[in-house]
Amino acid sequence: MTDRAFAVVRAGALTSVQDRGRPGHAHLGVPRSGALDEPARDLANRLVGNPLGAAVLETTLSGCAVRPRCAVTVAVTGAPCRVTVDGRPAAWGAPVRVAAGAVLDVGSAADGVRSYLAFAGGVACEPVLGSRSTDLLSGLGPAPLTHGTVLPLGPVAGPPVYADAVPWQGPPRELVLRAGPGPRTDWFTARALRTLVTAVYRVSPAGNRIGLRTEGPPLERAVDGELPSEGMVLGAVQVPPDGRPVVFLADHPTTGGYPVIAVVKERDLAAAAQAAPGTPLRFVLTERR
Amino acid sequence: MSTMRVLPAGDRALLVELGSGEEAEAFHAELLRRRARGTLPAVREIVPAARTVLLDGLDDPARFAKGLADWEIPALVSGAGSTVELPVRYDGPDLAAVAELWGVPAGEVGRIHARTPFRVAFCGFAPGFGYLTGLAERYAVPRRSTPRTAVPAGAVALAGAYTGVYPRSSPGGWQLIGSTDAVLWDHARVPAALLTPGTRVRFVPEEG
Repeated sequence: MTDRAFAVVRAGALTSVQDRGRPGHAHLGVPRSGALDEPARDLANRLVGNPLGAAVLETTLSGCAVRPRCAVTVAVTGAPCRVTVDGRPAAWGAPVRVAAGAVLDVGSAADGVRSYLAFAGGVACEPVLGSRSTDLLSGLGPAPLTHGTVLPLGPVAGPPVYADAVPWQGPPRELVLRAGPGPRTDWFTARALRTLVTAVYRVSPAGNRIGLRTEGPPLERAVDGELPSEGMVLGAVQVPPDGRPVVFLADHPTTGGYPVIAVVKERDLAAAAQAAPGTPLRFVLTERR
Repeated sequence: MSTMRVLPAGDRALLVELGSGEEAEAFHAELLRRRARGTLPAVREIVPAARTVLLDGLDDPARFAKGLADWEIPALVSGAGSTVELPVRYDGPDLAAVAELWGVPAGEVGRIHARTPFRVAFCGFAPGFGYLTGLAERYAVPRRSTPRTAVPAGAVALAGAYTGVYPRSSPGGWQLIGSTDAVLWDHARVPAALLTPGTRVRFVPEEG
């Protein structure tokens, strides 16, 4: 077996193929999708010599294991975890050569949520609308990995990068999300706005790639009634009827009918992707309307 | 357009709110005209919705917002845009409920629906799911109090005054009045979506 492909030995809780997603189709109801922790995805690709658009695997909490059918250079970034090849410890955050038929195991996240596994050549499943990303909301792209899934690898683009140290901020002890005003800030009471910036929320275990859900005090609306559907942006802090803010992540719906009180800065969303359930969360409004 | 409001939506986006659905469609059409002419600044997404158009991925939203004040937006030209004909059977399980809400005999629902010219106001909910306007407000119906866990692909459905066609099987709370064999979404096709914002739609009852 020397074909350029790998088989899934252990799929983990939720492992999906992710690249830079499929922006530009929101008007057709197609979410952006793509890796939630973009810097970690880019670093993994750089380490194995891939162009930044290459597709990688994104794991969730419990990692995954794969058996490449060809010798391949891989790198694991994002949530730190134990990496082994046929049971022997291997480096996290560095290029690792895996022999054909060996089992590469990306362990459970020691910290954070999502690890990224890049293969030299990238995961080469068929793109849909220009992207190989799994979109959990609309079902576009390859299905999440299951035991036995075989995925092809692309041709190697360049040599791996051997770095002495890789930058990694570490998952947040406390997640601080900076946000600007949302389109419907005025649908909320002054008290709700105060609550949003003073209360300590917690990251809810009910979150997923569609949105980071929160536990904490509900936000009270000043305007009742239904909001006609409107376009939603990445990072939108939408407030559903239960009053607990939801931060929209990559697989968010393109339109929605609940008011958006604030919009989180895009550069803070990578940290949101690594905040484990239970992590304290504060919103900081960077400007007032 | 005096009723235009520009609302903040992050560092690279604007949500432009118009006074009505028709105004939003006219503004959206003007955005597409300007983009086709090459006079619109680079923007990643133009997402029309019920009364708004979202512009996402702008380099300088504040500058764009300022420029909007000088825009003249012509009213929608009825009959503009391409027309898609969808073959339909008015055989949905909620036909009787809709007939009762409309106060007409069950057989009349399809006749009223099929003689209505529709337009795709916007998409959302799922890839290729269009919100079609055209039905008069008096035909608006509520969503079902309990959504179905599985609505079949091709189901023709009503909610509010909107008509929609489910591109694939999914949960849904709209009232089902019919079904079509048209393929609403095929990502191997260009364009993948049969119904894109601005497209005119006619439902054509199948014979027999």
